[in-house]
Amino acid sequence: MKRKIRIGIPRALLYYRDYILWKTFFEGIGCTLILSPKTNKEIIDNGKMLSVDESCLPSKIYLGHIKALLGKCDYILVPRISNYGRGNRVCMKFNGIYDVVNNIFTNKILNYDIDYLKGKIELFGFIKMGFKINKNIFKIIFYYIVGKVKQKKYILSLVNKQNKIFRSNKTKVLIVSHPYVIYDEYLCGNIIKYFKSEDIDILYSDRLNRKISIAYANDFSNTLYFLYSKENIGSAFYYKDGVDGIVFLSSFPCGPDSLVNELAIRKLDGIPIINITIDESTATGGLMTRLESFVDIMKARRDNG
Amino acid sequence: MDRVISFPHLGNYYIVFDYFLRKATRCKVIVPPNTTKKTIELGSKYSPDFVCVPFKYNMGNYIEALENGANTLIQAGGGCRYGYYGELEEKILKDLGYDFEFYNMITDNHISLRKGYNFCKKMNKSINPFLCFYYLINCLVMIFCIDKIEKFIRLNMGFEIHNGDFEKLESEYFNSFGNNGIIKNIFNYFKYKKKFKKIEINKSDKPLRVAILGELYSLIDSNTTYNTERKLMKMGVEVHRVTDLTYLLITKRFKLGMMIKRGKKYIKYHLGADASGSVVKSYLSALRGFDGILHLKSFGCTPEISAMSIMPKITEEYGIPILYMSFDAEDNEVGVDTRLEAFYDMINMKKKTT
Repeated sequence: MKRKIRIGIPRALLYYRDYILWKTFFEGIGCTLILSPKTNKEIIDNGKMLSVDESCLPSKIYLGHIKALLGKCDYILVPRISNYGRGNRVCMKFNGIYDVVNNIFTNKILNYDIDYLKGKIELFGFIKMGFKINKNIFKIIFYYIVGKVKQKKYILSLVNKQNKIFRSNKTKVLIVSHPYVIYDEYLCGNIIKYFKSEDIDILYSDRLNRKISIAYANDFSNTLYFLYSKENIGSAFYYKDGVDGIVFLSSFPCGPDSLVNELAIRKLDGIPIINITIDESTATGGLMTRLESFVDIMKARRDNG
Repeated sequence: MDRVISFPHLGNYYIVFDYFLRKATRCKVIVPPNTTKKTIELGSKYSPDFVCVPFKYNMGNYIEALENGANTLIQAGGGCRYGYYGELEEKILKDLGYDFEFYNMITDNHISLRKGYNFCKKMNKSINPFLCFYYLINCLVMIFCIDKIEKFIRLNMGFEIHNGDFEKLESEYFNSFGNNGIIKNIFNYFKYKKKFKKIEINKSDKPLRVAILGELYSLIDSNTTYNTERKLMKMGVEVHRVTDLTYLLITKRFKLGMMIKRGKKYIKYHLGADASGSVVKSYLSALRGFDGILHLKSFGCTPEISAMSIMPKITEEYGIPILYMSFDAEDNEVGVDTRLEAFYDMINMKKKTT
């Protein structure tokens, strides 16, 4: 029997957004997926060694994950994304990440390019990429659509779950952050654990219908053109009357967040807000103190009505 | 209320912006005071922590302009996250308690001509599209002339016999613009070009050649990089730089696809802003046998960081020396000088031994 092609997926950046799509697609066209291990100290150290000092933390972690995959798979998936049409650009990091990875590592890379302004929509990217592995174009398109539907269903289930939490009467906090920061257990595990230990429900900014959050983001700022930031920041304005506090969580030194979060914090008023920047240091004493006082403020505010 | 318009600095091009705004809006225009250490201190005091440095300089320029009496501010930078500066700057300045109107010319990351025209129309009812177009063309001519002259200066300034000749003539040229029309500007350009060519220089056949690459703002506005470029020139180096406003506004559009094709050994896609330019130009200058590369950028510039991850590979392959400089609000000039001198000594020695 022919050995299946192994595709490595680094557990960082877009993994947290598109994993369901990738899984369905690649398993459908006859590959096995190999995930890199969860972020740990070794991965972060490797990533730091490989990248320029000033790079943002998620991209350092990304390079670390790719290093962990070397030798274990035939291809590594590194998508390149430029924009999703006018006014829906993404951070410049995603424009260049493919070439950076390609120059640092020698492993074979599988990639797709999304650039709606040049007519390269996601489907074409997947067809082109799928063709390297499987010559059956109908299979490729079919599994792309199946993947999209599955992803939508998965997001819908998350949204419904979050809506249930939102309607409950407990103390709630909204965490506004990119998925690749907040769902990384090594980076943010202790923050989530702390909120859970204080019996506070957590709402995530990406578990909201994307269309709604983009509409709210356009209300908030008419010149914002970063799509991922729009999806984040819209939720803050959608939930602001229903939650007891908002946590803005960004990684150091995130480009879009430095501007968008600052503006959002200046525009939101009448609600406790904390702005946390995560860097690669592991000392959490100062962070915990800040969180404790934030929780105290939230609770005091709730008790006083 | 009389309108007083102001705008942030961008190198020597304040002459052009000043001219356009004065002519097209018929309002009083203030050029903010020259960018100094005080500007950046003011700016970084009120800016978010890890925003890139141009934001801090712009903030400083705005605050100084507002204190000099401006009440209408303009932002027209586009590109990476530069396009999103305007809104936050407006909010921060409003929170500081200044009273002003803010006009942002950006839509979706690019300068929108329609927004610019609407702005002029609002300021000055009597303007018509043709007149506006004329001023715009004149501005392009001015930018083109300035860039040509500056390019000549970069190549020859290091070899002047009487110290200060070039700088004297340069400032004379910049003062000569005034309200000139297109024809006068072109005439002036040729006149001054002749004058520049007459300056005595002592240039050997094979001078040291250094290519300067990097992020646009740091390259164009030499005040933000402690005049690194000028210092290098004065050491007796022929400095080559492609990135200027002509490149940004006109040439880049046509050249970008071509450039990425030429550098396909290293890059496959556009990296955003000037980063693919940096990579390809470093590759080309290695091919052309330059003696060194100087890479300038402001702290936290995301696209250039992508470029910086690729460039070491190129420089290693071709054995060309490269110096990376990243400018933040808290740099000191002496450190920059020391690094620059060491770089110069190194390339000089390398040239002599080969």
